[in-house]
Amino acid sequence: MMNLNVNTESTPNIASKKWIAGSTKKKINIGEKLAYIGIYLAAILTICALVSIIGYVLLNGLKYIDLDFFTQEPSSMGRQGGIYSIIIGTIYLTLVAVAIATPIGVAAAIYLTEYAKETKLVKLIRFGTETLAGIPSIIFGLFGFVFFVIFWGFRWSILSGGLTLAMMILPTLVRATEESIKTVPQAYREGSFALGATKLQTIVKVVLPSSISGILTGLILGIGRAIGETAAVMLTAGSSLGVPKTLMDPARTMAVHTYILASEGLSKEKTFATATVLILLVLFINFMANMTANRYMKKTKVEA
Amino acid sequence: MKTHEKIVEAMLFICATTATLSVFLITFFIFKEGLPILSEYGFLNFIFGKNWSPTNGEYGAFPMIAGSVSVTIGALIIGVPMGLACAVFLAEIAPKSVVRVFKPAVELLAGIPSVVYGFFGLSILVPLIRTQVLPIVQKFSPDTYTSGYSILGGAIILAIMILPTIINISENAIRAVPSEYKHGSLALGASHFETISKVLIPAARSGIIASVVLGMGRAVGETMAVILITGNMPRVPGGILDSVATMTGTIAMEMGYATPTHQKALFATGIILFLFIMTLNISATAITRKLGGE
Repeated sequence: MMNLNVNTESTPNIASKKWIAGSTKKKINIGEKLAYIGIYLAAILTICALVSIIGYVLLNGLKYIDLDFFTQEPSSMGRQGGIYSIIIGTIYLTLVAVAIATPIGVAAAIYLTEYAKETKLVKLIRFGTETLAGIPSIIFGLFGFVFFVIFWGFRWSILSGGLTLAMMILPTLVRATEESIKTVPQAYREGSFALGATKLQTIVKVVLPSSISGILTGLILGIGRAIGETAAVMLTAGSSLGVPKTLMDPARTMAVHTYILASEGLSKEKTFATATVLILLVLFINFMANMTANRYMKKTKVEA
Repeated sequence: MKTHEKIVEAMLFICATTATLSVFLITFFIFKEGLPILSEYGFLNFIFGKNWSPTNGEYGAFPMIAGSVSVTIGALIIGVPMGLACAVFLAEIAPKSVVRVFKPAVELLAGIPSVVYGFFGLSILVPLIRTQVLPIVQKFSPDTYTSGYSILGGAIILAIMILPTIINISENAIRAVPSEYKHGSLALGASHFETISKVLIPAARSGIIASVVLGMGRAVGETMAVILITGNMPRVPGGILDSVATMTGTIAMEMGYATPTHQKALFATGIILFLFIMTLNISATAITRKLGGE
């Protein structure tokens, strides 16, 4: 079935000696060693890529960050000043996206885990959710542009951007919540039913509280995606520099700001500084997501 | 009590359909905006037309399709062997303590916003290709010239960006191979490496192929990193040091100032991109199902 000895048969004239001298083993070892070196190299390169990208941005950017950078509004297209309005824009947009996507995502996950039977329709729902996760952000941007910005007349605004982002993070939320609901032991539900609780009461009072950290993980990952998103946001929320006051105002997020500064070569210093804030946020978010994820993993392990 | 529970169930069901509904809405609107120009201009003329100059009313998307495809292939050539090696490393070779550090690192790699990758490529790779790679290439073919904004730069960054996808899915696939396979192979006298390359990887091939296809989807769909690195020249590339425009990059760059017809043409490009991604994602699912069922 499998040729495990291909390597050893390649050179017959040495092969006769191999049996005696035991050099067969040695020859395989050299080939294998090279392969192992390749594998280690790939692993080291991957870490190097990560360290150099983060290191490069942080080393160049940290020195430009001070309190003023956070509290001043950008001036002359972002060449000077801080990123106050951009932080406000980012927070607004993320909040709107999360506020829309979280209830829908959690509800969808509850339906899929607690109510759904494996009908054709449910299969279609699962397929749709999976498909939505695979759609690239620029397509979301195009869609958000015709649907929210033009068709519904929301124009370039936090509302348009937030709705588009909500669609993008929905699959993440559904998946994370589903996973954590699945880890809630069946005995909890049975216990609750035995006490006379209805299905809904069981879900609200037993299942959801036990899977809260999974929901949180999904939420945090969604926030991370919303903060880092550029293409879709640019096409739906615009790139205006002013401080947004209402949902209908356009806004610029940190990712969009980084892109515009970098692509138009406005200011290397401000690009580094903005990218640094962005990276620090992502590091923090990843750390938080890991913390919450570990917590529910540990918890269920103990209980199981 | 019963009716109230029924209502809640109905509401939960509506929420569950949101994602699927979104997919339908997205498909409908992208096609609605882009199809008219595709039929007016001719589908084949559009995808095989070599001239993209919206100011003259010429919309040939071939240069962008070629751009997206070439950058993606480049990313796969670099990213797949690296990703697979890392997956093997994580699943089979690395001690637990290393895995505990390596996995969050890979997650972090997936979490870095694409615009940061783009900025890194723009300020490190692009000058590096212009000042270091170009002189070496010129020794062999003196006519070569590059600004540094190139397929090569884009491919390297995209390769790093698709690593997490390839590593995670392949690692899971390798770990999912029943341990009897491994023990059987070792018991037959195969070395650890032979077991990996001739038993574990073939047994995990559906997951590995799926990871590559998904990585490909990510590379084709990536916008911000590519836009900053590849130079955005809508020309059919002749070599890996040429500048190219990708479908994603062109849409993102030109949408802001496009005239109505130009905008429709960008939506038509969006349709092509959408079809690319859908084909990739659906085949990834199909591969996992078909080979996984064996």
